[in-house]
Amino acid sequence: MKNNPIVGASVPRLEGPGKVTGQARYVDDMVLPDMLYGATVRSRIPRGQIKKITFGQEIHWNEFVIVTSKDIPGTNCIALIEDDQPCLADGIVNHPEEPVLLLAHPDRHLLAKAADAVTLEYDPLPALFTMEESESLSQIIWGSDNTFKSYLIEKGDVDAAFESADHIVEGEYTTGAQEQLYIENNGMIAAFDPQHGLTVWGSLQCPYYVHKALMKLFGFPADRVRVVQMETGGAFGGKEEYPSMIAAHAALLAMKSGKPVKIIYDRMEDMTATTKRHPSRTRHRTAVSKDGKILGGEIDFTLDGGAYKTLSPVVLSRGAIHAGGAYYWPSVRIRAKAVATNAPPHGAFRGFGAPQSLFALERHMDRIAQVVGLSPVEIRRHNFLQPGQTTTTGQTINEEIDLPKLLDRALELSDYHAKKEKFSQEIQQGNIKKGIGIAAFLHGAGFTGSGERYLGSIVGVEACADGRVRILVSSTEFGQGTNTVLCQIAAEALGLRYEDVGIAQPDTQEVPNSGPTVASRTVMVVGKLVQSAAAGIRKTLTAAGMLSDSYSPEEFRAACSSYVAKHGQFRSFAQYEQPDDIVWDEEKYRGSAYAAFAWAVYVAEVAVDLATYSVTVEDFVALQEVGKVLHPVLAKGQIIGGVAQAIGFALYEKVIWEQGRMQNGQMTNYIMPTSADLPSIRVYFEELGNAHGAYGAKGIGELPMDGPAPAIVNAVEDALHVPFNSIPLLPEDIFDALAESAQVENALPAARGRQ
Amino acid sequence: MSESSRDRTKCELTFTVNGKSEIVRAHPMERLLDLLRHELGLTGTKEGCGEGECGSCSVLIDGLLVNSCLIPVLQADGASIVTIEGLAPDGRLQNLQQAFLECGAAQCGICTPGMILAAHYLLDKKPQPTLEEIREGLSGNLCRCTGYMQIIEAVAEAGRRGAAT
Repeated sequence: MKNNPIVGASVPRLEGPGKVTGQARYVDDMVLPDMLYGATVRSRIPRGQIKKITFGQEIHWNEFVIVTSKDIPGTNCIALIEDDQPCLADGIVNHPEEPVLLLAHPDRHLLAKAADAVTLEYDPLPALFTMEESESLSQIIWGSDNTFKSYLIEKGDVDAAFESADHIVEGEYTTGAQEQLYIENNGMIAAFDPQHGLTVWGSLQCPYYVHKALMKLFGFPADRVRVVQMETGGAFGGKEEYPSMIAAHAALLAMKSGKPVKIIYDRMEDMTATTKRHPSRTRHRTAVSKDGKILGGEIDFTLDGGAYKTLSPVVLSRGAIHAGGAYYWPSVRIRAKAVATNAPPHGAFRGFGAPQSLFALERHMDRIAQVVGLSPVEIRRHNFLQPGQTTTTGQTINEEIDLPKLLDRALELSDYHAKKEKFSQEIQQGNIKKGIGIAAFLHGAGFTGSGERYLGSIVGVEACADGRVRILVSSTEFGQGTNTVLCQIAAEALGLRYEDVGIAQPDTQEVPNSGPTVASRTVMVVGKLVQSAAAGIRKTLTAAGMLSDSYSPEEFRAACSSYVAKHGQFRSFAQYEQPDDIVWDEEKYRGSAYAAFAWAVYVAEVAVDLATYSVTVEDFVALQEVGKVLHPVLAKGQIIGGVAQAIGFALYEKVIWEQGRMQNGQMTNYIMPTSADLPSIRVYFEELGNAHGAYGAKGIGELPMDGPAPAIVNAVEDALHVPFNSIPLLPEDIFDALAESAQVENALPAARGRQ
Repeated sequence: MSESSRDRTKCELTFTVNGKSEIVRAHPMERLLDLLRHELGLTGTKEGCGEGECGSCSVLIDGLLVNSCLIPVLQADGASIVTIEGLAPDGRLQNLQQAFLECGAAQCGICTPGMILAAHYLLDKKPQPTLEEIREGLSGNLCRCTGYMQIIEAVAEAGRRGAAT
């Protein structure tokens, strides 16, 4: 048996060599014989009835394959939570860029011109573009009240809390849409064979989501649909649900033409037509005692879901549950709702609702601090959740998390107090103003509530005759390190070398459904199942007398060889079973929302340039408790990458909407951070373990998306003494706010005590 | 325009790719990116934005770092081109590629070929770049996964080890 633990070591990334040599195969790198290229004709208006479709005369239409909703053999929907989103619009369109018609041709150069030559004529219908318009019910665009889903989370006596409060602090906070901006655009190839059915290869997170959608669309049984994930060039949630749509389109064209069809989106199509982070609005009204204790609160959390339901109910759920953050609320009433607008549906993006509600809360904590007259540090320290206390859903904190200590360490690492003092005392003359801000937060790992029980994920581990071990999961690699970490876990569980373990390509014909690769669940939940399936291999061999308790890789190989010779294929499976201590009441929205929370305190230092009004993050400390770090280099990479995306969310990335359509769907005018824009992001871990995760791990993928935006905006307020409650916070917003605040001061010179 | 009339507008081009001479017929305004990927099967060069913003399609033309999505093939006639496939032709990773692996500089991998070529170009000019020089030198290549730090670390490490060996 090997001596050094594999779990906890930074082993080489499994698919790394292919990626650094250009040999890794992404979907656009794959070409099938006789393949056609597909394109999508989309609606240009936000809402209306399609009156007429005209095909321009300049195109040789007989060379093209044309698919409309009439060609759909099964149900015209993209099956997900509720089947309300059509695969191809049939008469009515509900958002700009809604797919209406599909084209395919052997020459991909001819497609754009052909798509432009298809004219859609409409009878336009009035459309809604903001949450407020949707709430006004001036038009009913979805269901009976434009509401996809609402939740009510209640704890304690909120009304009594307000009656006894010394302070009532109110605030409204908003966040904008954010594009995932994976560098590999969406793409899919489909092939149809009358005997075997459909196969699709693509860039995707969730093979079985695509599988389910295609079964419903084609009316096929499970064994006539095969979904294969290719190397995937970034996803971040953006390839959770929309790939089902693209797979559906490629598959319809493939079936009609009898040839393989490839659809690759260009950047603008990807940005304007596919999902983004839900815009949000959060209203806080908080009852606070004079010594700064939260007594109770009302939180109204609203998301703009776009035109169809898609994943909005679950994004809303996570946002609502995280709305109370890492604090103890003796009483709280959280009302959450996702409303319809005539924009493309918003969807999954790292954090999944939590970055929105936590931005609001962590800005609001600074506001409470000001009202009460405490520092941002003290207000948090006074209200942190402690072991034995309950969250807003009534979940008892059962681990020995010491948030005041975590906060102290983050303050020390960032030299917070000295900097705070320096920035406030320094007469900040000239054009640069500096500030420092903090955010403390948590992120629940795995599906919410009973979600994991419903998923019932299954994983397999196969031991081959040559002693090699192969993991069978539908969990996908798209940069985070799924392949590597799952192999580490299996190797550790079997006492093998990391090199002895491999992982099957996610292919629904080959691997069981280990659930979607989302919700920071893969290492924690799927990893734990890999651990137990691997243990099953070991137990079987030991029970058969083929292996002793302690063995070398050679002895393991010999045992596998004999086992396979005697019994044939040797596989061990494990299925998720909800632990007894995780109880969730879906009706009342009470109980254990997550099997584990990761905890964090982030500190951002910013400089605001009063010549350009731009904000630069100059230092960033990210301290988090994550259970157990299974791979230090990958874990650090997850945190830095998440912080970088969140800096973009806070300061750079603004979607410009007009009539429900994104106007800046290019990398030229939708700005994400470059290597020259980011500070050194300093990452620190604490490890408390976690009984529900593989080797004590908690999910960490989404956590770093939650805290940076409020920490940065808190720092900007610290620098300028002007509050900002909306992100993205662009230079023009700062200019406007400073101009307004200067006007107020000029008009009322004695009214404020700002230096 | 049908296939055959499009064929008539093609011209013959000669260049070297990764040390190998190539003669191809292509439309003069075809993007070098497409020619590399579709005609020569060099799919290591990636497309991210198609407008020269992301740098995923970076290649070297006569030693200069360019976005191959912005180069009409006519412009590459007679040139010597290096793509990611040209950096480890015998399968032995360069120090730079090895450093990318060890430092966690490649996550999803889609920006990696372009990033490695940009880093290669930088190290060629400045064998021991400062962190600021690396930040600046890679600022034309977007990465959404890493937040760049581990890439910067990898390039600095490759500089210490001697990159182009």
